[in-house]
Amino acid sequence: MELILAIASGVLFGTGFYLMLRRRLAQLIIGLGLLSNGANLLIFTAGGLTRARAPVIAEDASQLARPFADPVPQALVLTAIVIGFGVLAFSLVLAHGIHTMAGTDDIDEIRSGSG
Amino acid sequence: MNALVLPIALPLFTAAVLLLAPSRPLLQRWISFAGACVLAIAAVLVFVRVERDGILVLQLGGWPAPFGITLVADVLSAMLVVATAVVGLAVTLSSFSGVDPRREGFGYHGLIHVLLMGVSGAFLTGDLFNLYVWFEVMLVASFVLMALHRTRAQLEAAFKYVALNLIASSLFLTTLGLLYGGTGALNMAELATILPARENTAYETILAMLFLTAFGIKAAMFPLFFWLPASYHTPPAAVGAIFAGLLTKVGVYSMIRVFTLLFPGDPAMLYTLLLAQAGCTMIVGLVGALAQQDFRRILSFNLVGHLGYTTVGVALGTSAAMAGSIFYILHHIAAITNLYLISGIFLRLRHTTSLPELGSIFRERPLVAILAAIPVFSLAGVPPLSGFIGKLALVRGAFGAGAWWTGGIILAVSLLTLLSMARLWSESFWKTAPHEDKSRLPGVILLPIAFLSAITVAMTVAAGPLYQLAMKTSDQLLNPALYIDAVLKGGPQP
Repeated sequence: MELILAIASGVLFGTGFYLMLRRRLAQLIIGLGLLSNGANLLIFTAGGLTRARAPVIAEDASQLARPFADPVPQALVLTAIVIGFGVLAFSLVLAHGIHTMAGTDDIDEIRSGSG
Repeated sequence: MNALVLPIALPLFTAAVLLLAPSRPLLQRWISFAGACVLAIAAVLVFVRVERDGILVLQLGGWPAPFGITLVADVLSAMLVVATAVVGLAVTLSSFSGVDPRREGFGYHGLIHVLLMGVSGAFLTGDLFNLYVWFEVMLVASFVLMALHRTRAQLEAAFKYVALNLIASSLFLTTLGLLYGGTGALNMAELATILPARENTAYETILAMLFLTAFGIKAAMFPLFFWLPASYHTPPAAVGAIFAGLLTKVGVYSMIRVFTLLFPGDPAMLYTLLLAQAGCTMIVGLVGALAQQDFRRILSFNLVGHLGYTTVGVALGTSAAMAGSIFYILHHIAAITNLYLISGIFLRLRHTTSLPELGSIFRERPLVAILAAIPVFSLAGVPPLSGFIGKLALVRGAFGAGAWWTGGIILAVSLLTLLSMARLWSESFWKTAPHEDKSRLPGVILLPIAFLSAITVAMTVAAGPLYQLAMKTSDQLLNPALYIDAVLKGGPQP
């Protein structure tokens, strides 16, 4: 399972960077989204995958028994998703503003082109 | 009431008040300025307590480290929080001479305070993920400030700025994921007990390089600085001033903090690489500055070049060099913020900062020229001003560490800085302007400039004590055990 998620995260990073190198604004923004999701998946995987073991201390025990699912990476990913969402929404609005103003979504033409 | 939380809570409170208050410009400006004054008092309070009691630690929510989030203030953090408050004061003061109405309508004053909160938070946090969150707070506020204005060049600049900073954030986040996966810790003090004790493996190399890249983009280090000169010359003077004064310094601070704690040895030639980067940053920045024909673009390239100075210290890792860098950071915050504010005078008088259009200031407005001369020549490193003292300390540190090449580069680059600043001075203040300017200059525009010039002069006069402080800071940084003990074993409680 770790291997599959690692590959998936790698693919997200790869496609994200590829799209960010394109000249179209829309592709750049999709690339940003993929990149942040790649990072989220990586945090989740790197924190260790545990199946169906909630980090709850059993009634007859005094401490947590291993293995248990670490809640910290999940909290981190949740925070990162929220931040990523906000930032992505902002870049969309910014790109929309650029598109309305410049009449193009080609990054090289924003300043020089007509419109 | 715990003093450490104040530099974060106060700007948040001010921002909330500004959002709720009626949007009459004058009222908003006064609230914003009052908020900055209170922040400055709180920052000085924190600084005085750190000076007196040593490293201050606050475990948020009462959770002991490393389980909760810790706020830590050592001398470096406290000093930089004071610098943040000073920049905040100058920038809020500059809004009295006018902000463009569109920005003011969209919550310009509140955003400035959110930015100040993000910067203070980044300086005070003791947790790496929390540092990421403060980075984002700071970035989102800066994105909005950058993008509020709508000319083509500004939008294009804003997009470059947003895209490249988001890449840096993603890289930082990725690093944190790998870091937590490998060590199970995010608290910097705890990491400082785990990572340096380990055998140096590929894992540490990857972490070090990822940190170097992520912070390198934020701090605008060679070869990752291109977003800065492409964007910093477009927003209004006050926004450019707060960005130039604070944002890249947060990247430099993160490098100093994280590298001294996590990588005190030299894994994967991290410091050699950083030193080479610092050298290239200095050279490329200043050579770039010489090629520019615009006041603010020259400042942007100077900013990049001088960021090299601020990282030489951590790269060399000796007490004297580190102290030189820290002194330089403080000097540079005051001088560069002031210079960007001065560019506002040109925007007001001539509606451009293109050098061929400027001039005649010295003859027609001698007071402006004298006030501006202080940051210009301080940045140029003309004795006896603070820039000269900072450079002297750095050169001594570099030669003292046996880094002849670096010392040579610092000397050569200060010559280039002198050249660049002399050109700036003669083109924009000295020569006769091609057109006469007839617009009146409101006197209030000079207040923040006079304030920051006074700070630069004060730094020059009090250079001795300030250098002692920088030495104390660097000794604290080079002895991470102090930081670790304060956080994990509960040092002096605030």
